[in-house]
Amino acid sequence: MSTIEAAPVPAQMRAAGRSEIRRLLREPSALIGGAIILFFVILAVFAAWIAPYDPNAPDWIAIRAAPNAAHWFGTDDLGRDVLSRVIFGTQASLAAGLVSVTVAVLIGLPFGLVAGYFGGVTDMVISRVADALLACPFLVLAIALAAFLGPSLQNAMIAIGISAIPVFVRVARAETLVVCTEDYIAAARAQGLGHVAILTGQVLPNVLAPTIVQATLTMAIAVLAEASLAFLGLGQLPPAPSWGAMLDVARQFLGEAPWMALFPGLAIIALVIGFNLIGDGLNSALNPRH
Amino acid sequence: MKTLLLRRLAVLLPTLLLVSMMVFGLQKLLPGDPALALAGEERNPEVIEFLRQKYRFNEPIPVQYGIWLKALVHGDFGTSVRTRLPIGTMLVEKLPVTIELAVLSMLVALLVGLPIGIIAALGRGTPLDYGASLFGLAGLSIPHFWLGIMLILLFSVNLGWLPAGGFVPPTESVGRNLISMLMPALVLGTGTAAIMMRHVRGAMIEAMKQDYVRTARAKGVREHTIVLRHALPNALIPVVTLGTLQFGELLAGAVLTEQVFSIPGFGKMVVDGVFSRDYAVVQAVVLCTAAVFLLMSLVADVAYVLLNPRLRS
Repeated sequence: MSTIEAAPVPAQMRAAGRSEIRRLLREPSALIGGAIILFFVILAVFAAWIAPYDPNAPDWIAIRAAPNAAHWFGTDDLGRDVLSRVIFGTQASLAAGLVSVTVAVLIGLPFGLVAGYFGGVTDMVISRVADALLACPFLVLAIALAAFLGPSLQNAMIAIGISAIPVFVRVARAETLVVCTEDYIAAARAQGLGHVAILTGQVLPNVLAPTIVQATLTMAIAVLAEASLAFLGLGQLPPAPSWGAMLDVARQFLGEAPWMALFPGLAIIALVIGFNLIGDGLNSALNPRH
Repeated sequence: MKTLLLRRLAVLLPTLLLVSMMVFGLQKLLPGDPALALAGEERNPEVIEFLRQKYRFNEPIPVQYGIWLKALVHGDFGTSVRTRLPIGTMLVEKLPVTIELAVLSMLVALLVGLPIGIIAALGRGTPLDYGASLFGLAGLSIPHFWLGIMLILLFSVNLGWLPAGGFVPPTESVGRNLISMLMPALVLGTGTAAIMMRHVRGAMIEAMKQDYVRTARAKGVREHTIVLRHALPNALIPVVTLGTLQFGELLAGAVLTEQVFSIPGFGKMVVDGVFSRDYAVVQAVVLCTAAVFLLMSLVADVAYVLLNPRLRS
């Protein structure tokens, strides 16, 4: 009994946590990705102070003005400052990434844990439902859900979140299956710990690392999906700025004002690259096998 | 092999049934009277009453699902409120266009992803490898629709070399058909090429570490023969599986690409359905995409076993 108590899992996790953070800080991709995300978070939080103009204020004498000293990214079809709209658009994209992935993790992770831990019929039912959700390609499902829920940023986030649930069920289930073969789980059971205590105290800490990696990579996909939905008119409603919706409008003025399409697109790419780099860095730091 | 097929089919059918339940459930997300919502912009009381009778909206939900599923099994996907055509007919008409786009995109992905993956693996740690990693990152991070817009800006608006959009059926002119599909296939293929490149690189690095490569080297076999005859065929086995699964993803990716280039395929059909609140069309496309995706994963499993001699017995 004392040997079991001498090596409690949370202590191991704390030690592992410190070394993983050290490994993470040595990953250049994680550092670059982290810097990119930090930059966008600052833009989103302090948009009102950073943006040079009101993003929705039209300037009728500067319609579709090319980039110049007053408007670094030019202006759009209503004379609104593209730079200010790109800065404010960060809020919708970051919110979509964070909220939708949080929804997906909060629902997918517990189901994955339960499926992997209990096995049997519970696992079969949960896995089949996850398979069915996975069979509908991510974007098609998100578009369909957003179409039925109605166009709004909130509904786009729900649609993307639901579409991402099965990925987290899969990851959590697979890791739980591995963890459950470990001796310390058998020891915890022998100690008489209940299912909830084992799941939250022993299994969950070990499933968190791969879930965090997956969550970061899924944020990249969620940002792309939100931009896609907004491009189709299923995301943030105008006149509130959103990168995808800006691209949709820009398409009509491609010959006259290409800057309207260039800058929101570059912003999407930079944010997605940021999440992908952090995800890759976390993967290397937390999963040394890769 | 027969057992494998039967076992996979036994999983596929219930999954498809669950997908159909979810797609049916989408209707229930609509606020208010479903008959009114399904009628779209149509406010004709006769149409609304017809829909209410057809789908028996007054009956309990399981009965409604049963009726909906029975019609589906008989190929009745409903009628589009926008075009007034049977949705089944529309699907048959649109699917070949999207499949052509997906096949051409896969070709682009293979032609770009395979060589870059092999070169990156062989030159691991060199600038070439870093260049390939950058390509992989860019391919995963650039939105299809933005790449499409930029290509239109360059090749159509500025250079005037290619049409900005539109589709020429191959029955009309094969050459013009291919020209109209060139930019869309490039756009859709780039993302898949990036994924393909990452997998080929990983698989080739693994393959080059194997004993048979060392033996071949010891026997004095030339390096390019080792790469092309020994390592590559083994590295390609997981890539075939990936390619098959990616084909299903390409059908989904086609949604935005078709929208940008105005190609009248499956993707454009779903977007038009969304815009005109033609919900039955959206349901049909989701269901068909899921069915194709499940079928492709079955093909991927079978191909994996067929290509891997160790698993064949």
